[in-house]
Amino acid sequence: MHAAGIEVVETDLGERIQQLDGERPSNIIGPAVHKTRGDVAEVFARELGSDPNNDDVHYLANIQRESTRPIILKAEAGLTGCNFAVAETGTVTVCTNEGNADLSGNTPPLHIVSMGIEKLVPRVADLGVFIRLLARNALGTPMTQYTSHFRKPRPGAEMHIVIVDNGRSERLGMQEFWTSLKCIRCGACMATCPVYRRSGGLSYDATYAGPIGLIVNPTIDFHKYSSLPFASTLNGSCTNVCPVKINIHEQIFAWRKVIAEKGELPMIKTAMMKTAGEILSHPKLYRFAVSSAIASLRILPHFLVYNPLNTWTRGREMPEAPRETFHSWWKKNRGRQTPHGADQ
Amino acid sequence: MTARETILAVVARNRPSGQHLLPAIPRFPQPEEGGRVATFLRNLIAMGGSGLTGSLETDTIELVRERLRGPVICSAVPEIVGNRRLDEVKQPHDLADVDVAVVRAVIGVAETGSVLFTEGELIVNTLAYLAQHLVVLLDPDDIVSGIQDAYDRSEFHQAAYAVFHTGPSGTGDIESVLIHPAQGVRTLTVAFISRSPTGGAG
Repeated sequence: MHAAGIEVVETDLGERIQQLDGERPSNIIGPAVHKTRGDVAEVFARELGSDPNNDDVHYLANIQRESTRPIILKAEAGLTGCNFAVAETGTVTVCTNEGNADLSGNTPPLHIVSMGIEKLVPRVADLGVFIRLLARNALGTPMTQYTSHFRKPRPGAEMHIVIVDNGRSERLGMQEFWTSLKCIRCGACMATCPVYRRSGGLSYDATYAGPIGLIVNPTIDFHKYSSLPFASTLNGSCTNVCPVKINIHEQIFAWRKVIAEKGELPMIKTAMMKTAGEILSHPKLYRFAVSSAIASLRILPHFLVYNPLNTWTRGREMPEAPRETFHSWWKKNRGRQTPHGADQ
Repeated sequence: MTARETILAVVARNRPSGQHLLPAIPRFPQPEEGGRVATFLRNLIAMGGSGLTGSLETDTIELVRERLRGPVICSAVPEIVGNRRLDEVKQPHDLADVDVAVVRAVIGVAETGSVLFTEGELIVNTLAYLAQHLVVLLDPDDIVSGIQDAYDRSEFHQAAYAVFHTGPSGTGDIESVLIHPAQGVRTLTVAFISRSPTGGAG
């Protein structure tokens, strides 16, 4: 839209912070969750002229409130998403805590709603279930502060609904993956995921980060996102917390098979997998490899560890290597108490 | 083929096999410890709102009047007279200078501490967002038990706009610290006042 000469302003606080900083949102519930209040103070001072030394959260939120309101008041169109649409009444439901979607939908003369085809529920009565699920699983609150139901435009105003497919109808035909369409975007899988919690949302380079992103993004762009299903430990925590019972970790594993069969495994990963397979199937070899890796990590110069082949260190620090392996620690401290400890 | 026909054709072709009957939706009774009004009030306060109850309804009306601070008061209820007339509002953004708005809720929801409005109560929808403070009149008899009961209301089939407000606007977008307000009203206060007051409201 920017290219078409239309200025688009994000009205959600977190989205606005990210927009002003020229970054993607990193989380679907808290788009700027990776930033500290100091980071936000810096962005607002730079872009909105606020006090760079004041990082009080109330102050910063008020800066955004006061700078966004005048924009909404004179906006020619308000764009919102849709959490649930109801087939029986033609209603679109929008949930926010800030009131920004409710302001955007009710103030300008034109309201444009974008929704994926899977947002549709059959009956108003179904909202009683889904609205409950959303806030509980997103934030642990009984309800979002605002739950707006738009059924038709105000007199003299216009309302349009853009229903987006973008690969969803094709995904419906994928036997192993179609249930990902049940996702209500609560973000519970991200909150619980040990990988997401370490890496943050930006590292996924996609609109949907975290576990749900791993299984949704490859249906949108298979080639671009073919490495994402490998960013998981398959611990299954995401599946356990999912309120709509998507078998996320099983789908992640199923994607790995599809990717391997289609020959999309990157060459370096194939080579590493082959080596890993060798080492992991020979316990003695494994123990030697681990202890020598630890030893070398502790003495290798920075440029050798942070080399271009080690994609892990692009944008991340390596964790500090432990002084000894778990096996050697066990042997020293607990070795005599258990017969298994002696089996080296 | 239009985009709509293409999407519908692919959806029809890819429909997962088997019967997909609409499920019956179970109802679970909501705990209402201390009664329905007390439950409503507890959840409202947990979501950042507050409640007003005088020993008599006339006292409650007085408590509401004490809340009407600021030069611009806009009332959508007969019990309170403001100084900004809603029938003279031409554009939704005309209400941007309102300090306190007073509106009656269709119902309250004990489970969540929410109040429901439609365009019928708000008259101008932006009243509930552009005002700095919102005072809501709620008849205690209009509080339903759970959110599922709330969705039984005919307003969801008839109103152009219906909205649940659960406390004032809030955000946790900076360091996940929950604060009020965000961009809607700064405070939301619910006053328990019957639809046909027994005392001399005026």
